[in-house]
Amino acid sequence: MIDTSHIYDVLIIGGGNAALCAAITARREGATVLLLEHAPRTLRGGNSRHTRNLRYTHKQANDFLTGPYLEEEFWQDLSRVTAGKTDEALARYMIRESEDMLDWALNNGVRFQPPLSGTLSLARTNAFFLGGGKALMNAYYATAEQLGVEIEYHAQATDLRIQDARFTSAMVTQRGDACEVRANAVVVASGGFESNVSWLKQAWGDPAENFLIRGTSYNQGRMLRVLLDQGAKPVSEPDQCHAVAIDARAPRFDGGIVTRVDCVPFSIVVNKAAQRFYDEGEDIWPKRYAIWGRLVAQQPDQIAYALIDAKSQGLFMPTVFSPLQADSLRELAEKLKLDPDALENTVAAFNRSVKSDNFDPSVLDECATEDLDPPKTHWARALDTPPFYGYPLRPGITFTYLGVAVNAHAQVLMGNDEPSPNIYAAGEIMAGNILGQGYIAGIGMTIGSVFGRLAGQEAAHHAQNGAA
Amino acid sequence: MPKTALLKESERIMRICNACRYCEGYCGVFPAMMQRKSFPDVDLVYLANLCHGCRACHYACQYAPPHEFDVNLPQTLAALRTQSYRDYAWPKPLARAFDRNGLVVALISVLVTTLVMLLTYVVQDAGVLFATHSGAGAFYQIMPHRVMVIPSAGIFLFALLALTIGFTRFLRDTGVRVHQLLNPRTMWRAATDAAQLKFLTGGGDGCNYPNERFSHLPRWYHHGMMYGFLLCVAATSVATFYHYGLGWEAPYPFASWPVVLGTVGGIGILVGTGGLLWLKMQSDPEPRDRQSTGMDVAFLALLLLTSLTGLLLLVARETPAMGVLLAIHFGVVLALFLALPYSKFVHAGYRFAALIKYARERRAVPGKIELSSDY
Ligand SMILES: Cc1cc2nc3c(=O)[nH]c(=O)nc-3n(C[C@H](O)[C@H](O)[C@H](O)COP(=O)(O)OP(=O)(O)OC[C@H]3O[C@@H](n4cnc5c(N)ncnc54)[C@H](O)[C@@H]3O)c2cc1C
Ligand code: SF4
Ligand code: SF4
Repeated sequence: MIDTSHIYDVLIIGGGNAALCAAITARREGATVLLLEHAPRTLRGGNSRHTRNLRYTHKQANDFLTGPYLEEEFWQDLSRVTAGKTDEALARYMIRESEDMLDWALNNGVRFQPPLSGTLSLARTNAFFLGGGKALMNAYYATAEQLGVEIEYHAQATDLRIQDARFTSAMVTQRGDACEVRANAVVVASGGFESNVSWLKQAWGDPAENFLIRGTSYNQGRMLRVLLDQGAKPVSEPDQCHAVAIDARAPRFDGGIVTRVDCVPFSIVVNKAAQRFYDEGEDIWPKRYAIWGRLVAQQPDQIAYALIDAKSQGLFMPTVFSPLQADSLRELAEKLKLDPDALENTVAAFNRSVKSDNFDPSVLDECATEDLDPPKTHWARALDTPPFYGYPLRPGITFTYLGVAVNAHAQVLMGNDEPSPNIYAAGEIMAGNILGQGYIAGIGMTIGSVFGRLAGQEAAHHAQNGAA
Repeated sequence: MPKTALLKESERIMRICNACRYCEGYCGVFPAMMQRKSFPDVDLVYLANLCHGCRACHYACQYAPPHEFDVNLPQTLAALRTQSYRDYAWPKPLARAFDRNGLVVALISVLVTTLVMLLTYVVQDAGVLFATHSGAGAFYQIMPHRVMVIPSAGIFLFALLALTIGFTRFLRDTGVRVHQLLNPRTMWRAATDAAQLKFLTGGGDGCNYPNERFSHLPRWYHHGMMYGFLLCVAATSVATFYHYGLGWEAPYPFASWPVVLGTVGGIGILVGTGGLLWLKMQSDPEPRDRQSTGMDVAFLALLLLTSLTGLLLLVARETPAMGVLLAIHFGVVLALFLALPYSKFVHAGYRFAALIKYARERRAVPGKIELSSDY
């Protein structure tokens, strides 16, 4: 039960990476801290539970990374993917502050491992959590408990009392009982609104009904809504998000990493009408996988099918669901409920346009189609060797970018650009400050870690400096 | 081997793990899994025996219950391991001992010990049994040397035969060839992995046993038990040499090799098995396999009893209690020998065989990079 008689120094709303970084930091600063996690203990940790690694600045190679990654390179990478839609000062601040993140995490019980497989492209830039994000969250929760952070599960913050931009209390529902929690400062780290389908529909229209949500079902955006309604300044757009194409058979929520389908560059991808719609081989996969969620979202009924033949089996990460398999294209079309004639025509046209046979999956090879629209510019090989395989794809939303604007103290900015004195935000709920669009692997955790720690520290100082 | 529900479940989970791979840093199971695209039964059995049951992958798993994927790898692999003990047991009719192994091992222990005690009591004159004996040959006044050696050697040789047959069949099925056992690099690798219990280190912080907290205790207790056991084997071997080679009769002085090795070993076993049993009592039921637990407990208890009675015999060997203690200890040792091939003890061989296979695989196939999306 939540102790409502007490006025906490710092209230943390959320139970993912950003929330725990804030809670641990605030507690280490000497503040009394209450953390509210909507999920039960078994499902705690939000999207952070599904993560694998963290991007951070470092001056040299270490036990876990193969070489240096300096501020300027990090910034260039970020500014390229966001096409300038980022707050440069804030982003550079985050990049600099990320430098001691690995040591901080180690000191708080997190363990890392050298990247072992499948992730060569990240071996220099991203540190991999031993055991993944749930192990990371377990470590942070254990540390927080040990330090004396009070943790309440099943506890959903439903509303905030804010007067003249100042937070006074939060309304909380826990197992059906409502109560009011008072604190001198609040850190809102409750994620985006990706699991709120009706909100997604406002941004995307009916197609959102067919979106799958890769992470937690608890990120309903309730706190984001409350803050925006009470005058916080928004950043980014409601339809900006990280979205990939995942297996259509994945669960509606929480399918996590295993639902990925990495065969696209070796496949042809067709829509419901058995027509191709985009260059599957445009660039190396790590640079392209994150556009396919949006591409599939734009197709009729938000469904697509990646088709490969026997030659391409084994070139990509194994999938959790078996592909549909057939000895002929017609049979495959029937299994996928596509028009067999249309599929045969599409594949025939594709096969005719395939020219080079210098196929090389490890580089941008020269196997491009000729006179085909849309073209396939690399790894184009005829689909001619049975058995044929088909993977159904749907848009899988990772997280949304619409958020609240913050300053370099992690304080939430109100409509007039004035910071709230005691409302702080960290993680997905303010990711839009850094990511107006686009994504680079591992930056979700950078944002949550750096701004989580910052928010925790600032909130603790505020609360302790007689802020009441 | 028929496709049991257990094998199906193991395959289902391996598929999920192979698409996920987040646990790759914990133990050998994941790197071995990642070299595979599909999971035929023999491979699943190999992976199950490679698993040391550290449970790290359970607490780290985002798909553990209540997630609908319902992934419980330690439990599933433990159940499959136990099933494989039965499948490889020799002779076949005795394989059923693994069905309710806790009960079977407990019964063997009680029956054999009682039988030996009764026989001693019936055969031996009470005056001799309850008298104090000392000096060389004191034990044999209670029980003639031949009476001790013939049944125990007989049972022991049978156990050895049964264990060897199981081990060789397992090696054959996992695809390890005899000549590969002669490869020093492979064997060195497997032996050091086994000697250090490398895969109970969970990538550094230890295993998640008995609960979510990381701990090195289970490994240290297991070391106590394992090295204690080996020291006791050494003590017995030296004693055998003394007896037949040098003609010295037991009991040996406190400062002799058999007694020192046996005492240190016995204490190791006592602490190790006691510690493991104590941890088991607190262990989180979620990743636990019930059938394996009965088997584990029974064998730990039998081993504990062996070392306890041995140490008691040592302490009380110059008192009138020696006769009875000797009978009890001898009974327990016989029970242990008899139970070996049909108890948790068999894991030593299969685990080692799996480590050999793993050592080979790691050398043969360099880590292959597949294309994957980022995070
Ligand atoms: C499958 C997958 C893999 C990913 N892999 C990576 C990766 O490898 N590296 C990376 O950097 N990023 C990765 N991401 C993105 C990353 O997960 C997020 O950017 C990051 O976890 C956000 O952290 P957070 O703390 O802001 O949110 P979350 O971790 O989602 O935490 C939000 C928390 O708030 C709680 N909550 C929500 N509303 C309320 C409320 N009203 N009251 C109380 N509690 C509430 C939720 O229960 C949850 O605990 C991945 C995402 C997914 C889905
Ligand atoms: S046990 Fe769970 S987290 Fe670990 S590899 Fe398997 S599916 Fe992934
Ligand atoms: S229980 Fe431990 S040893 Fe077994 S598979 Fe999981 S991590 Fe590996």
